[in-house]
Amino acid sequence: MALRPSSDTRELDRDERDEASSGLDRPEGHVDARPYPAGSSSGGEVSALRPREFARWLWRQLTSMRTALILLFLLAVAAIPGSLIPQERVDPSAVFLWQQKHPKLTPSFERFGMFSVFSSVWFSAIYLLLMLSLLGCIIPRLRVYARAVKQRPPRAPRHLSRLPAYDTWATDESVPVVADRARHLLSAQRRRLEVFGAAEPGDEREPRELVLSAEKGYLREAGNLLFHVAVVVVLVGVAATGLFGFKGSAAVIAGQGFSNTLIQYDDFTPGTRFDVSDLAPFSFTVDDFDVRWEREGAGRGTPVNFAAHLTVTDEPGATSYDYNLRVNHPLEVGGASVYLVGHGYAPRVTVRDGEGKVAFSGPAVFLPQDASFVSFGVIKVPGDTSTQLGFEGYFFPTAALCKGQPCSTFPDADNPVLSLIAYQGDLGLDDGQPQSVYVLDKSRMQPFKTPGGNPRALLLAEGETVKLGHGAGSITFDGYDRWVKLQINKAPGKVVPLVGVLAAIVGLLGSLFVRPRRTWVRIRRDTGRTVVEVAALDRVSGGDPAAHVAEVGEALRPAMTAGPGEHTRQEESP
Amino acid sequence: MTETLAQLSNNAMYSATVVYALAMLSHMAEWAMARTLPAVVTTSRSRAALVSAGRTTAPPENGRNAGVNEPNRRTVVGSVAAAPAEVERSDRFGRIGLSLTVLALLLHAVGVVTRGIAAERVPWGSMYEFSITSTLAVSSAYLFLVRRYKIRWLGLLVTGFLVMVLGLAVIVLYRPVGPLVPALHSYWLAIHVSAAAIAGGALTVGALASVLYLVRSAMETRALATPDKPRTGFLWRTPTAADIDRLSYRVHAFAFPLWTFAVLAGAIWAEYAWGRYWGWDPKEVWAFITWVVYAAYLHARATAGWQGRAAAYVALFGYATFIFNFVGINLFGSGLHAYSGM
Repeated sequence: MALRPSSDTRELDRDERDEASSGLDRPEGHVDARPYPAGSSSGGEVSALRPREFARWLWRQLTSMRTALILLFLLAVAAIPGSLIPQERVDPSAVFLWQQKHPKLTPSFERFGMFSVFSSVWFSAIYLLLMLSLLGCIIPRLRVYARAVKQRPPRAPRHLSRLPAYDTWATDESVPVVADRARHLLSAQRRRLEVFGAAEPGDEREPRELVLSAEKGYLREAGNLLFHVAVVVVLVGVAATGLFGFKGSAAVIAGQGFSNTLIQYDDFTPGTRFDVSDLAPFSFTVDDFDVRWEREGAGRGTPVNFAAHLTVTDEPGATSYDYNLRVNHPLEVGGASVYLVGHGYAPRVTVRDGEGKVAFSGPAVFLPQDASFVSFGVIKVPGDTSTQLGFEGYFFPTAALCKGQPCSTFPDADNPVLSLIAYQGDLGLDDGQPQSVYVLDKSRMQPFKTPGGNPRALLLAEGETVKLGHGAGSITFDGYDRWVKLQINKAPGKVVPLVGVLAAIVGLLGSLFVRPRRTWVRIRRDTGRTVVEVAALDRVSGGDPAAHVAEVGEALRPAMTAGPGEHTRQEESP
Repeated sequence: MTETLAQLSNNAMYSATVVYALAMLSHMAEWAMARTLPAVVTTSRSRAALVSAGRTTAPPENGRNAGVNEPNRRTVVGSVAAAPAEVERSDRFGRIGLSLTVLALLLHAVGVVTRGIAAERVPWGSMYEFSITSTLAVSSAYLFLVRRYKIRWLGLLVTGFLVMVLGLAVIVLYRPVGPLVPALHSYWLAIHVSAAAIAGGALTVGALASVLYLVRSAMETRALATPDKPRTGFLWRTPTAADIDRLSYRVHAFAFPLWTFAVLAGAIWAEYAWGRYWGWDPKEVWAFITWVVYAAYLHARATAGWQGRAAAYVALFGYATFIFNFVGINLFGSGLHAYSGM
């Protein structure tokens, strides 16, 4: 990240050996290579620095590669609890269960934001620092790169033989002949080329020495920069699209409708820049919900297909149309998207009071607890405060006894059974606190009991009626409906992160596979012959400059000269 | 027809596992027979060796590693050549191991393809299927690199890994051909999971190379302290630590963009299926962790004081997070990616 090619290999003449190795050790020549002003490196003297210098020092530390590296590790480690501890945003009911199970840990976990790790202060601190570190290194590098792109390849170091890849031979050809061949070869390989020592125009003498400097791989840094900029675009884009949109969900029972108003949502999270009055006036009915599970074989009980059949109206008065809503096939309407994210059963019951009058009738949404679709739910029957009825219990789609306990052996409703405990008393609906429709507040209610004094479980097969006793009335299990959980989102500009993602991948490929390389060919007259030297220096590790030098050497040698040279170094033959 | 093909697939997978095991035994024999053989410097950079045959080329190591390799080079110069017969014996077992690996790869490919045809979909809809597909990627990546960079020295580790994973797959993870859950009914399944499988294959080869690099570089460091100790055995006949490191980097550099792509394709699919790019589902969390650690690996290689062994440890840590995501989250975790069929 914090690579700053300021002290780079351009001043190679100064000390080839040193630079040659540093070019490999620190491929993109980064900030650690920069000498700090004396005193700033030892911690004790930091406080003695003036505030401005201290700020500079701090900034340089923050944007250094080592800090970025540490922040990356911290980010990885900080994400771990987010996968091990249930997260509020991912699965609120799992958080609830976890907290019930660990009452002692819960307060401290809550304090450290363990149930919302990814929006906690410490997690945000890490990634904001990382972003800052990234920007702090990208912006100066953009400037440096803009300059570097315009520069010509540098002069050759004095001692080419000290470079990591080197080849030399002598020939009887003249200097310009070899130089011409080299020039053709290197430009054919699309390298940026500079010739040093060329004769002035009009000078007819044959040059004694020509040096060709070639450079290739400018796109690596471009790719690198593009990647890092794209990462910022993606992160900012994701954050920004949330601001102008909203995210909500609603459970809709098959046969019922939904119109896009706030009151119809079970939960609704608007972005800070979203105005609720901007909700598009679309509506739809869920005509039907089809679901099919595998009935045979090892995959028995796994879902095969599910689809909700919708009739959609874009705005009041518009013609309606059908839409087959499935997973992976969201409905796009009024600038929002509607996703099918879950489904379940809604048992239909009729509750009669002591006089036989219907007090409640209709479906109640029960929440599936596991893959067998055993579902938990609550039925609230308001009435006079003292004699309100509440029911809590389970729906078993294919009821059976497993080890003496009621269970469901298949997710489809082959043998639906409702198992409820009835309560009487005050539901607590009138005390002004909003209540969840999935939770029964039993603090002011008493269960109906068996003669033995235990809460009485009411078991109802489809069509059955049970009397509650004590003249409290009866409950009938009429049947069941299915419901679908719909998620409705609006995220304007969600294409921005998408573009960022594509740019990031292109940039990443460039930054990993383009290899900046400098190649030098020096051709000079020496005691009656022409000595040719070829050397190359990779600015990143992982390449094979030796092979490149060998290739260039191969092409520049006239067919018949020098056999395996006496001049060549032979340190690494097997 | 489906039944027959499914059965054929199972038989092919059993056979492939057995043949990989034979290849592993053969590589073990290769190592065992090389026990007394002296060190050589082979190079994995075959192209360079070919092009520069007879000419020069300075040592490829950078300054940092040169010191480590120095004594090694001296060893070569000073060492007595091994008896050709003994070298040939070890080498023959290596070649047999390689041939068996090729044979096993063919059986393996048949197993994966017939599984896909039997299920009438891509063969990565459950944990078993992902295992056999991603190991196919491991095996293909290895054999490709054997052709390209002569990395047969990685044969024992690769075949050992394949035997272990395929053994677990056919014994523990096996599930009969079944339909896909509706959540996977999307062409994104082909894109997202195949990218993850291929990246996983490459990361595996990279991790195995990193292991060997750590061993070899420890040997080289120790050899500096005890220059008179004889250097014999298979591990002295592999390329130098610097060469192995270079290979490991190349493989990782290939795998990282692919892993990035797999994660991002997953995010795009998630936006399409669930209405959000990223929701910190456990699988997503660990995919992110893996990505961050490998990003750290690439940065570590460019940071003074982090190159070499430290970077290799980072890569192995990244691989551990990848494996945990596949095993731990599938078996013990929950969340939206619960497709393992376990």
